[in-house]
Amino acid sequence: MNYRNDQDPNARKQYARIISRYNPKSPILADCVKAFVVGGIICMLGQGVSQFGEEVLRLTPEHVSSFTSMVMVFLGALLTGLGIYDKIGCFAGAGSAVPITGFANSVVAPAMEFRSEGVIMGTGARIFSIAGPVLVHGLLTSIIIALIRMFI
Amino acid sequence: MGIINHTHVLANRPGVVSHAAIVGPKEGEGPFKGYFDEICADDKMGEDSFEKSECLFLQKSIQMALERAGLNADQVSFLLSGDLLNQIISASFAARQIKMPFLGLYGACSTMAESLALGALLVNAGYGQHAVCATASHFSTAERQYRTPLEMGCQRPPTAQRTVTGAGATVLGAKGGSIVIPRVTIGEVIDMGVTDVNQMGAAMAPAAADTLTRHFEEAGLTPEDYDLIVTGDLGEIGIQILEELMEKSGWKLGDRLMDCGAEIYKGLENVDAGGSGAACSASVLNGVILPRMEEGAYQKVLFMATGALLSPTTTMQKESIPGIAHAVAFERRE
Amino acid sequence: MEYLKAFLIGGALCVIGQLLIDLTKLTPARILVVFVVAGGILSGLGWYEPLVEFAGAGATIPLSGFGHSLVKGATEAARTDGIIGAFTGGITATAAGVAAALVFGYLVALIFKPKTKM
Repeated sequence: MNYRNDQDPNARKQYARIISRYNPKSPILADCVKAFVVGGIICMLGQGVSQFGEEVLRLTPEHVSSFTSMVMVFLGALLTGLGIYDKIGCFAGAGSAVPITGFANSVVAPAMEFRSEGVIMGTGARIFSIAGPVLVHGLLTSIIIALIRMFI
Repeated sequence: MGIINHTHVLANRPGVVSHAAIVGPKEGEGPFKGYFDEICADDKMGEDSFEKSECLFLQKSIQMALERAGLNADQVSFLLSGDLLNQIISASFAARQIKMPFLGLYGACSTMAESLALGALLVNAGYGQHAVCATASHFSTAERQYRTPLEMGCQRPPTAQRTVTGAGATVLGAKGGSIVIPRVTIGEVIDMGVTDVNQMGAAMAPAAADTLTRHFEEAGLTPEDYDLIVTGDLGEIGIQILEELMEKSGWKLGDRLMDCGAEIYKGLENVDAGGSGAACSASVLNGVILPRMEEGAYQKVLFMATGALLSPTTTMQKESIPGIAHAVAFERRE
Repeated sequence: MEYLKAFLIGGALCVIGQLLIDLTKLTPARILVVFVVAGGILSGLGWYEPLVEFAGAGATIPLSGFGHSLVKGATEAARTDGIIGAFTGGITATAAGVAAALVFGYLVALIFKPKTKM
């Protein structure tokens, strides 16, 4: 293999084959089990919060879902602040990233990180630096689908 | 013999006058804990940001090396330093505190070798009596710049490497020191098309192989001429790729090959493929390798630090990762 | 029973996310986008609502549920308020979660400092 001619696509292909032999594989099965269990537990917790809102606080159905989101986001935010959520994330991967608590984590983590550049241009500007794309594309999707369904 | 323009034989053999290595708490738990000159339990060093802390790591290592050399700042002709952060702020801001003629370098994780090669060339050429070569990196500043905020909960793939928190500094002099630099090899930028930022070792290995083969070819040496060949932060995977590439070019490195990144965290948890960062090779060279040489454990060592010359912008623009490697030979004075 | 269903479906959705992480080179931020958009599209096709009815929080807590809420809010508001509803419905339906993230995120950033992972 000639790495002195590193623009040559054949040399690059050959090199890609070499490195693929050395790449340790992610332990997919173990990762999935951990994601399943932790993700499942977080959703069960959400179910509990939602039933609490419904049966104990007697909220209307719309308010139950708002209440559940707020409580779960609060928990995600608090655990992030305490430095626990990143440890859960290391273990659970998507199990803690995909639930709404992970969304909270992705808002709080940059908000904390860029606090050192001030609250206005640090925290204020960066708070949605990771969750922003989620809001942008989620909102676009919802508007496009709503418009399509209006005319179909 | 092909072209000889990467390797320079230094007839005046600049000497290593002193060295210093300071690391953070995680590095202080690894196998080299008995070697580093200082292990800081607080990786923020009492500062209010990690960037300020990284700068202080660098500043302290330079001051410690100077103190050990018995030199004042005004006896040094060059401070050659760089780091990983945008606009190499750690080096510039450390140089703001330490008043010396300053040249800022950027070579990513290859900075220790780059500064040593340049310093040795300058001193060998007779420009100035002393040059200080130094670099630093910090896990928490690198995470923010290259990856995600610290408190983001995300898994790292097994190929990822952890940025070393710490700094290393070497004082080179025209005279003095029991170790000399007889030759250096300046590497070329090589990019074999690796795009995955979690495969730094694989991205840098071809540059390492290129510089190493050029060093042997141009200097007329073989791996057997060295007791130890130390690479910077190829990591556990990159070092195996380098071995294979070298074997394909007909050079067998064997047991004398050691990678600072693969060793610095050995036995610790959550470090995946090992250490990386400018301080990885800088702290191991100045804290472990040079002192061991002075004790007589090694006579001849080839030190080659590697760098991945990417930025978050190039990654998002789907560019592949260019690698670089520079080699600096160390020998005990007869 | 509701809890078991929430556990199973919520866990299964997270496994899909995990497979995306391990098998593709997608970063976590991109995976969250994939989930929200996918949840929104499934909702638009009318397939997500039955999942919510079956699994409750198991379908609403994962971010695909956020996409579903956005689309559901936008389509329902479009039905009553026309084009203006299509623009306002999504944000209205999800305002509590987003505002909570903003408020709690800001507060937490004022109180806590990030720490180096060991």
